[in-house]
This record gives sequence, structure tokens and C-alpha cells, in this order.
Amino acid sequence: MIGSLYSSDDLVALWISLRLATLTVLLLLLLCTPLAWWLATTRSRLRVIGEATAALPLVLPPTVLGFYLLLFLGPNGWGGALMHALGLRPLSFSFGGLLFGSVLYSMPFMMQPLQNSFQSVGVRMLEIAATLRATPLDRFFSVAVPLARRGFITGAALTFAHTLGEFGVVLMLGGNIPGRTQTASIAIFNHVETFDYAGAQRLSLTLLLTCFALLLLVYATNRRTPDPTAAQV
Amino acid sequence: MSLLSRMLPALWLLTATAAQCDDLNIAVAANFYGTLQKMAPMFEQASGDHLLLSSGSSGQFYTQIHESAPFDVFLSADADRPKQLESDKLAVAGSRFTYAIGTLVLWSPKDGVVDHDGKVLKAGRFHMLGIAEPRTAPYGAAAQQVLTALGLWDRLNADKKLAVGENINQAWQFAATGNVDMAFVALSQVSKDGSIAGSYWLPAQSLYAPIEQDAVILEHSAHQKAAAAFLKWLRQDPQAIATIKAAGYHVRE
Repeated sequence: MIGSLYSSDDLVALWISLRLATLTVLLLLLLCTPLAWWLATTRSRLRVIGEATAALPLVLPPTVLGFYLLLFLGPNGWGGALMHALGLRPLSFSFGGLLFGSVLYSMPFMMQPLQNSFQSVGVRMLEIAATLRATPLDRFFSVAVPLARRGFITGAALTFAHTLGEFGVVLMLGGNIPGRTQTASIAIFNHVETFDYAGAQRLSLTLLLTCFALLLLVYATNRRTPDPTAAQV
Repeated sequence: MSLLSRMLPALWLLTATAAQCDDLNIAVAANFYGTLQKMAPMFEQASGDHLLLSSGSSGQFYTQIHESAPFDVFLSADADRPKQLESDKLAVAGSRFTYAIGTLVLWSPKDGVVDHDGKVLKAGRFHMLGIAEPRTAPYGAAAQQVLTALGLWDRLNADKKLAVGENINQAWQFAATGNVDMAFVALSQVSKDGSIAGSYWLPAQSLYAPIEQDAVILEHSAHQKAAAAFLKWLRQDPQAIATIKAAGYHVRE
């Protein structure tokens, strides 16, 4: 059934996209949670610099970002030299490279919702928890994270959808290699380039429906869980 | 553990067969991608090697090859970049040759818009004309040469009647979707089995420099022998040449 609907190249491309989006979400959850918490709670002057930096990937056109990443991760760049010093192969034109690019490119989509929801948790609840002798780590995991769960859900969904639709960065950094760095969005581009509109529409529809179902689920969940931060003060 | 032990013989088989036939990574210019897709099974059957095709713009591939992209062969949309790669010592010296020569066509998907002498251009009774970016796309440069030879380039620019696509496929899309009245595109884009739907004009080859598309083997390729065999096949095999011609290209006789 599925085999007749998609070519084997398309199925592999969908699988690569799915893996890329899932791993990008997981890595960004690990990376952005502490960073967003710091941005939401710090009074340091560095905060504005941090906020501005975290939003930068939105500014550059994706192919330009991909170009700079290619120079950085290539054998002549710092990133490539670092990998070489560690005895590893350069990340460019590999799945690892795509993951690196996606994490950077999708970072604002995780950071902003997390920072916003951490900010709306406010310090009061945490101070109450502190009076009950909760350690800082305990306060974070048993108070802040549950209260900010809407931010986590929204950030994860946006990051996932954004990574699925990613094109310019992965094309430049990955090189459109079937089975290795050819994602579903690039496969769609290939279908269009060869005037195979039926193939392009099948894959596009798959991406659209997947993302629509996911976002629907997220927003329905968000609606049913009342905003835990709304009632406080 | 039992799963792994069951998979091991299969893995061994996979690597064993991989040792006998090569996977060739081909970076192919977007305009030739569809044609090469049709040709790949012929070569694979003849040689036993497998072709992995990556489609993209020639400029993008040029940059990526400078960053050690794992391609074995580069089929460019022009001759300049393969020449440059040769002098950069990134392409195997002497491997370069012209695998296809492009033909420029002024095309509209509608009948009766473009006449067979291209008089429609001089008459100027059209809203917009699509071309590819002359600075980066070879077909765009050819279109500019034709319009300059006809003495129309400056006027069309002054009248803002040129819609410039990033590449030749975008110029085609402008016309195919009806957003421009007609566009300079590649014959390979609009010719299907030797016939063209819509109306068109083929400018004389004397009006523009030949659109030569060159191929090279890349220096860092680990499959030099298989890559050389592929280029030899592309250059000499009668079936390969017939497919290239049927797609709307010339070849050097």
C-alpha cells in the first residue's frame, strides 16, 4: 500500500526528515531549557545580548546560513578543524551536519515559547517553594517545568514542523545526497525540477497533513489544559 | 543478540557485494537531472555500478566541491565551473568534456503567442518576458545575448518588461503558470519526444554563444575507475547519446 504510493527514494527521504525533526526537538529541549530559564530569570545585562543572539537564525536567508555553516564545518573551517583534531570526519554532507544546522536554524522556535512561559511562571511560586525548603533544582523541576508545560509543547511542535519544512540549509549543507542527506522537502524540490508534479504533490500533502495533525493535537491539548499560570498572583 | 546474529550474515553479504560494484555520487545540474534519471538504469545495467544522483545548481555544487563534498562526478550546466575546478586542482586533469550543448527557445504554453521568427519580441505587444538570471544561469546569459543582438535588451530593461528567475526552471515556471506571456527557456524543458506544446521560436545558434555543459571527474573521488567508465559511457554509448538528443540537447560529433 505505502510502497505503491511512494517511491523508495521518497520513503527514505521521509524517514530522514522524521529522524531529523525528532532529534532536533530532543536536542533543542536539552539545550534551550537551561538557556531559556536563564534568559527568563536573569537580571544580567548580558540577557539582551543572549535574546538577540538566539533570534539571529531568523534573520539570515536559509541558503546563506547554509553557506556559512558549510564554510564553518568544512575541512578548511574551524568546525572542520576541530572534528579533525578529535579524529572525526567533518560534519558537512552528513546526517550529523544536517542535525547541527537544524538545531541552529530552529533554535528560535524552541527558545521563544520556553522563555515566554518561564517568564509567566514568575518568581512568586518559586519563592513559596523555597520557603517550603525546596532546593533550586527541585523548584525548577517540580514547579517551573510543570507550570511552563504549554511552552514546552508549543516549542516542540513548532520546532518539529519547522525542521520538516527546512530546505535551504539542508540543501547547501547536505548536498542533496539520496539516502544520506536528501530530506522530504528536497525530494519535493527534485520532483518539481523534473516536472513530476504528481510525485511532488504526494510528498507535499504528506508533509502538510503530518504537520497539520501534529499542530491540531498540540493546540487541542493546550486548550484543554487550562493555563496553569493564569490563576496565580 | 539473536537479532544481531541473524542480521550479521546479511550485513556481510551487503558489504561483500559492495566491494564488487561501486556507488557513484553524481552532482548533476538541475536542467539535466531528469534526463540523467532516465539514463541511470541503462548505465547501471551495463556496468553493474550504482548511480546516486544529487540535483542542484552548478554554483552551489562548485562551492560544495570546494568544501570536499563527497561527489565523484560533476555534470555542470556550464563549462566555466568545470574549467575552474580543473585549475583549482579539484577536478582530474584531462577528464573534462562537453556532454551536452543546450538549445535556447522562446516559449509560451499558449498557441499563437510566439511566431516562428520571434517577431513578437520586436512588436513589443506583450506584458512580461521571463528569462533566467544572466549573471549566474547560462541560459539567462544566452537570452541576454539574443536580446542584445536584436537590439531589444536596453529597451526591455527600461520598460521593466523582464521577469528574471533565479534559474532556468523558475523562468519556465513563470511562463507555464501564465505569470509572463513567454519566456526564454531550455529546449530540454519544453520538448517531449521531439514535439513542443504551445508556441515557440528557436533563435539562430549564431545569435548566442553555445551553451556548453561540461562534465569532470573529481580529484578526491575514491572511485576513479568507475567514474572514468561512466564518463566514457556518457560520451560514446549510442543509447546514451540518443537519450541526450531526444531530451533537446546537441552533442559534439
